[in-house]
Amino acid sequence: MRYLLVDCNNFYVSCERVFEPRLLGKPVVVLSNNDGCVIARSEEAKKLCIEMGTPAFKAETLFHVHGVHVYSSNYALYGDMSRRVMETLRGFAPEVEVYSLDEAFLRLTTVDDTEATEVAHCLRRKVSQWTGIDVSVGIASTKTLAKIANYSVKLLGGDNKVLSFEHMPYPDQFLADTPVERVWGIGPRRARFLRRQGVETALALKRAPGAWVRQHLTVSGLRTAMELRGIPCLPWEEAAPGKKSLTCSRSFGRPITCLWEMEEALACYVTRVAEKLRQQGKVASSMEVFVRGGKYAKRMAHGTRSATLRLSPATDYTPELIALAHRLLARIYEPGKEYRKAGVILNHLCSQGEAQLDLFHARSEAEWQRQSSLMRTMDSLNFRFGQDTIFPGSTGLTRPWRMRQERKSPGYTTRWNELCWVRSDIGSSGGTEPRTLE
Amino acid sequence: MKAQQTQQNTKTACFMSMESVRAERAVESPLMWAPVAAGFPSPADDYIERPIDLNRELILHPAATFFVRVQGDSMVGAGLWHGDTLIVDRAVDPRDGHIVVALLDGDFTVKRMQKAGGVVHLVAENPLYEAIELTEERRFEVWGVVTWVLHKAV
Repeated sequence: MRYLLVDCNNFYVSCERVFEPRLLGKPVVVLSNNDGCVIARSEEAKKLCIEMGTPAFKAETLFHVHGVHVYSSNYALYGDMSRRVMETLRGFAPEVEVYSLDEAFLRLTTVDDTEATEVAHCLRRKVSQWTGIDVSVGIASTKTLAKIANYSVKLLGGDNKVLSFEHMPYPDQFLADTPVERVWGIGPRRARFLRRQGVETALALKRAPGAWVRQHLTVSGLRTAMELRGIPCLPWEEAAPGKKSLTCSRSFGRPITCLWEMEEALACYVTRVAEKLRQQGKVASSMEVFVRGGKYAKRMAHGTRSATLRLSPATDYTPELIALAHRLLARIYEPGKEYRKAGVILNHLCSQGEAQLDLFHARSEAEWQRQSSLMRTMDSLNFRFGQDTIFPGSTGLTRPWRMRQERKSPGYTTRWNELCWVRSDIGSSGGTEPRTLE
Repeated sequence: MKAQQTQQNTKTACFMSMESVRAERAVESPLMWAPVAAGFPSPADDYIERPIDLNRELILHPAATFFVRVQGDSMVGAGLWHGDTLIVDRAVDPRDGHIVVALLDGDFTVKRMQKAGGVVHLVAENPLYEAIELTEERRFEVWGVVTWVLHKAV
């Protein structure tokens, strides 16, 4: 059994480069929601010492001086390109576990090590040809080790982007070079604890006595240690487990100081989260709304206020959820204060069939049908013609508070009117004057 | 005696998705019903075929297929007019004679590729434009092969 961890290199930047080849070889960064901080960098940008997470406003001068190309995140594009990469990977193994937007595990039952490496090289070539995205592959006998192999191949650098621990006479050398924080399943808290005990690398964790690991890191920590020893213990998940809560929250493009703008923003977030709820076939029985003031939306306890309400009967109906969100907002909103961020969290999710009925607030069958039909229609129109094609009026039309996304690339693969233009008259002389690009 | 037939509707309902950029295979469920009262099965029941779906016909490799727009008129001889949409398949290996979307010195272009005597040329389909010879100095890379040209008629 071989596990392959396939991971796209500098994924967001790579997506932008597929449709803007002029970015090749240039420093490029992608900013988070609200053009807040750097969340992706090209190799050239890394060399300029632009760190991950740098707030954009702090790096403006650096961007300007070095001619860095800056993009707002275009999740519609990244999501679609991810789908393409994963679909291409499915041609190589019957079992593909998509772990995140740019990472997936493949499970191969070929016993031969050479075959697994061959598959990895072939897969790299195909993904590159089909989608234009470059990937790195780590191969090992467990998922945790495959992740480390993938991490190691990036550290090694160079043109070879495939690393198999099975081929290595001494894979432990890579484990010794892997900080314990980098081990899958070891979060910051556990890592701090381990370091205090002198366990600072993946190798040290692998060699730690099982009973000690079990005692201090619980059985999940033991599983991680066993995986490091080459014994597969982690389950294979084909489908992501259902979520227990759904959140939509965003920082504002500029501070909000009046109630109607806050109501509009919340209505938008509720609309978005209710869409996700219906997509999963669930209903919610609890809603929490929070608002945050303070500078740079820092986590200050006194800067955040929240309120929660139980919903009975459970619902997925957007207008009802918006009305409830506004009721909650009324409890916590303070006039005259500047707010930087707000959000809504839906809790106690269950599938529609499982929801508890409420004798006192039951919806009639006809009312339920009407609501359900309206939501279905709205969702299918938005799916077909693009998000926000049809939306509740309370979400506003101009939305002056919305987050900035000033440098977003077009929807090359998701919007019919934003396709990439290719010039047929480039490079050759003669013909009519080139027309300006529309 | 003819059976009472209120308009016997053998309906085939299916969902077609034309915005195939996402190339999600449309879910088609041929649904047919004859009015219960009719009592006679529809003669078409044994012959139901799926309706034509452009996604299936035009897009062979959904993960590798992209749409782009044509700028300029150097390819009109091949039926590529300014503003046309091209279906571009990156999974097809480019061959002599294919129309390709390519990167030439870092810019997108669309031309016909022709090999003659070991040298590759990028040929326009318009007598007003000259062919481009791909010498060592020019950076060239095929981005994808044009498989279909969509020209809007109205």
